[in-house]
Amino acid sequence: MSSDTALRAEALGKRFGLRARWALRDCSFRLPAGRVCAVVGPNGAGKSTLLALAAGLTAPTEGSVSVLGTTPSAARPRVGFVAQDKPLYPQLTVAETLRMGADLNPGHWDAAGAERVVRGGGLDPRARVRSLSGGQRSRVALALALGKRPELLLLDEPMADLDPLARHELMGTLMAQAAQYGTTIVMSSHVVAELEDSCDHLLLVGDGRIRLAGEIDDLLAAHLRVSGAADSAGLGGHTVVESRVTGRQVSALIRPAGPLPGDWRSATPSLEELVLAHLRNPGAPALTPAETEEHAA
Amino acid sequence: MVEYRIDRHSGVATYVQIVQQTKQALRMGLLKPGDRLPTAREVVEATAINPNTVLKAYRELEREGLVEARRGLGTFVRRSLGTAPADSPLRTELEQWAGRARAAGLERDDVAALFTAVLDTHFQGDPT
Repeated sequence: MSSDTALRAEALGKRFGLRARWALRDCSFRLPAGRVCAVVGPNGAGKSTLLALAAGLTAPTEGSVSVLGTTPSAARPRVGFVAQDKPLYPQLTVAETLRMGADLNPGHWDAAGAERVVRGGGLDPRARVRSLSGGQRSRVALALALGKRPELLLLDEPMADLDPLARHELMGTLMAQAAQYGTTIVMSSHVVAELEDSCDHLLLVGDGRIRLAGEIDDLLAAHLRVSGAADSAGLGGHTVVESRVTGRQVSALIRPAGPLPGDWRSATPSLEELVLAHLRNPGAPALTPAETEEHAA
Repeated sequence: MVEYRIDRHSGVATYVQIVQQTKQALRMGLLKPGDRLPTAREVVEATAINPNTVLKAYRELEREGLVEARRGLGTFVRRSLGTAPADSPLRTELEQWAGRARAAGLERDDVAALFTAVLDTHFQGDPT
């Protein structure tokens, strides 16, 4: 496998216990290296399971996932992972936590970078982790992950308990990391708007399945928001993700298979419209270009 | 050096905003040939946008011959745009005209509409 792939899943599935429902199933996608990828989906969709599988914290029930061209456990020294609950040692101070990061990552610890992230929040290095707010803990956890200078950074709901100012600042820090070192970043959220400007790749997870996967620009370009008269020729031949009739007008989100009737109005959807339409309509077919590539090859 | 401000609700694609703001700075003489544009890292650290968005904007500016990328050094301005620097006589005249319009009781939107209408008659068909 080439190293230009940060993450590849093939028929990946996970269930916690034999009789439990599948937390994740039939997931196939490829994330090229150097992308900033949003993992979006409602609560309980399988986002955290997907990230935990990629981080090698749990083993797949079926299928496989490869990370930076190897197994998740072999890739671990090159991967930074921040779990949703930001596990840190509460009795350590901020400075001690960073020193622990240096000890755990001999030879590739960016002390100045980690300190810069912590200092950005005005944190006292002598403060104990126990005494920090949720947002401040996020910052320390992120500093720990960034200090490792990872090739792949996996972040589960990294911005969830940050105020808007801290969110903007930390997102700026992450983007700078991506710009300078070409770090691949994967971050999950159930708020699309939060990630829209920062991410160029999307994995939409719904009900344990991958609904959309690919470059955000390509995904947007593959869809149209259309409206026309309800009694006209209709949308036969196109893939209809969602459609709604209001009076004599029908409006829909489609994947066009060819030109539309001339009297239909159409526009490119926003990322949020695209995501919501797919989540509201679990029956709509998924679009994951990585799969189509493979079938074509 | 320019500083980009990204308006998330303008409906204008983010990379287009960077292209437009760079051109505006070139027109106003805030950027001159030989000046270095901020690095992608500098822009994304301040704006939290995706690095590829900045690179896309810079490629567009390069394609239009306005800037050039020098390997390992950065992106530099090649030529300026327009002939109306910030302190030109044309600007002075426009300032005076805007003052008269306001004194005549026109509101901001009236002035903008009037100016756009005149622009449209004189620059019909020109690329924007």
